[in-house]
Amino acid sequence: MTKTRRFRFGGEQVMFAYTWLIILWLVAPILIMIAFGFNNPHGRYNQTWQGFTFKWYSQVFEISDLTSALVTSLVIAVVSSVISGALGTGIGYALGRWRFRGSSTLNFIMFTTISSPELIMGISLLTLFVTLGAGLGATTITIAHVMFSVSFVATVVRARVVTLDRSIEEAASDLGAGPWTTFWKITFPIIMPAVMSGVLLAFVLSIDDFVVTNFTAGTTVTFPLWIWGATRVGLPPQVNVMGTLIFAAGLLIAVIANLRSRAKAKRD
Amino acid sequence: MSTSPPHSSVTAVSATGERTGHPAIEFVGVRKDYLSHGEAVPAVKSLDLTIAQGEFFSLLGPSGCGKTTTMRMIAGFEDPTAGKVFLDGQDVTNIAANKRDVNMVFQSYALFPHLNVLQNVSFGLERKKVAKAEIKRRVGEILEIVSLTGMEKRQPKEMSGGQQQRVALARALVNHPRALLLDEPLGALDLKLRQQMQIELKRIQREVGITFVYVTHDQGEALTMSDRIAVMNNGLIDQLGTPREIYEKPATRFVAGFIGTSNLIDGEVSRVEDGFAVLDLGTEGRILAPVPGAVVAGQKLEVSVRPEKIDLHRTEPAGFTGSVLAGTVAEVVYHGTSTNYAVTTSTGSDFVVFDQNANDAEDVASRGERVFLTWAPQHSYPIGV
Repeated sequence: MTKTRRFRFGGEQVMFAYTWLIILWLVAPILIMIAFGFNNPHGRYNQTWQGFTFKWYSQVFEISDLTSALVTSLVIAVVSSVISGALGTGIGYALGRWRFRGSSTLNFIMFTTISSPELIMGISLLTLFVTLGAGLGATTITIAHVMFSVSFVATVVRARVVTLDRSIEEAASDLGAGPWTTFWKITFPIIMPAVMSGVLLAFVLSIDDFVVTNFTAGTTVTFPLWIWGATRVGLPPQVNVMGTLIFAAGLLIAVIANLRSRAKAKRD
Repeated sequence: MSTSPPHSSVTAVSATGERTGHPAIEFVGVRKDYLSHGEAVPAVKSLDLTIAQGEFFSLLGPSGCGKTTTMRMIAGFEDPTAGKVFLDGQDVTNIAANKRDVNMVFQSYALFPHLNVLQNVSFGLERKKVAKAEIKRRVGEILEIVSLTGMEKRQPKEMSGGQQQRVALARALVNHPRALLLDEPLGALDLKLRQQMQIELKRIQREVGITFVYVTHDQGEALTMSDRIAVMNNGLIDQLGTPREIYEKPATRFVAGFIGTSNLIDGEVSRVEDGFAVLDLGTEGRILAPVPGAVVAGQKLEVSVRPEKIDLHRTEPAGFTGSVLAGTVAEVVYHGTSTNYAVTTSTGSDFVVFDQNANDAEDVASRGERVFLTWAPQHSYPIGV
């Protein structure tokens, strides 16, 4: 037996119940979304349970507007998360490694963009784009998404770089590697997990963004914008199916990453 | 002083066996200031130093004395504020770290955490575009020297501190550098392993024949391993010499106190007889110290004497002509191989005496007892004359 102090009688059961209550609370919306993807509603509204069916899965791409909105969202999410990944890594590395003229200002501005209300950001971006005479569309949405997610990537990367032993890079230089080789062969592989989580965060922020997108989209329709428009006339179950598939993809990535790191630990 | 390197005429043989005729490392009039809140703070005040080919050279001193800065100027991680640094006769003052033919073993080892042992050790050779087969051969050879054969596929995090240390050593040595720089490399190891690695490092240095520059604050380590030691204090070299010279003949009060244990006596020369200054302390005793001719009666003199040179007696030794000092035993500490005494004397400071437990385990004296300390005249060492 371990010598860990145990809860008094009853305490353990309370803890158990509490834990599961929280878990249930957190997954309830997801479970409902998944369940209603299997619902067979007779009217336009997919809001009461009326029977089980698989048909929405075979008809998931039947609504062409919805499908193209999803594709638009995915493209914008991929492009904006890659761009903010690249920019954010550079900014985060610089901020974590050196103090330079304007570095504290940059830190402050990043904090501001993370904490400022999306509504305000959306309105001001709209004003900016209109002033500049830029046609609203996928490009302006992408610019807007990069703008608000680059700070998240930079913050995550900076946190990793700060804890990175400076002498590791010095060792690379000592062994004959120039700055470029040192970064790509040593620094980048080490901070890779932080860069990846920054990019994933940017992807997630982009794919479900509604407020800023709504202001900067013009006539372009993204997945969240389409759903918002459809709620007035009733949401088709395909939305639930797509949501389920996106969730499943995320889950799959997490499981694979977990298995791979376990396999690696075992192999080594 | 001339600004060109004062190359000695002594011909040295480098690691690769070629006769270069140049010292491995040379500092000429080097100063290094750091900027702190807009103010220049000197880390190294003035440094002129020549390290010979194949030498095991230690930079010894307390933290903040400038030893690490000195080493980092050899590696190229710090630029001197003034002066020049030469490697093998070549001025490298303005050459970047990655273009210098020296390698460093870092205090934290700084192994690449995402690469295995083989990849870590090959890194330097790959940068130099050495052929694959040659890399394989040299890495195999160096891993054998540091006793890591068979661990090529291990990740650094799966290895013990001692093994990581060997990887760091191999990663540097495999490049056959002009000099190997070691920054407190044994600091993170426990005592047993540290002593083992000291012997190991000496062996490796003999085997590869490369100049080692070793930074440490551990005087025991420096004394055991070095051919020569530079004792640094406050950005300056206080003394440069062999371990024996530094221990037996400390040049400054700082060196006397920093290296081993010293008993220091401040006094006034009563008279000079046959090349020995005599400090007469009346009924408390007298101290004799060998001095050069320039010392005269009435002059202030600082004398250092090592604890193991002193004998301890219960009664005043009759007819003894060396130094004698009376005192009271304040503390007796048994150390196994020796018994250490702290003796309060009229000179103002407690004397430390190491008495070897060679013959019997009986203590010579106990606490509170009045004793007489004696030592031969030549065992007093006058500081700074």
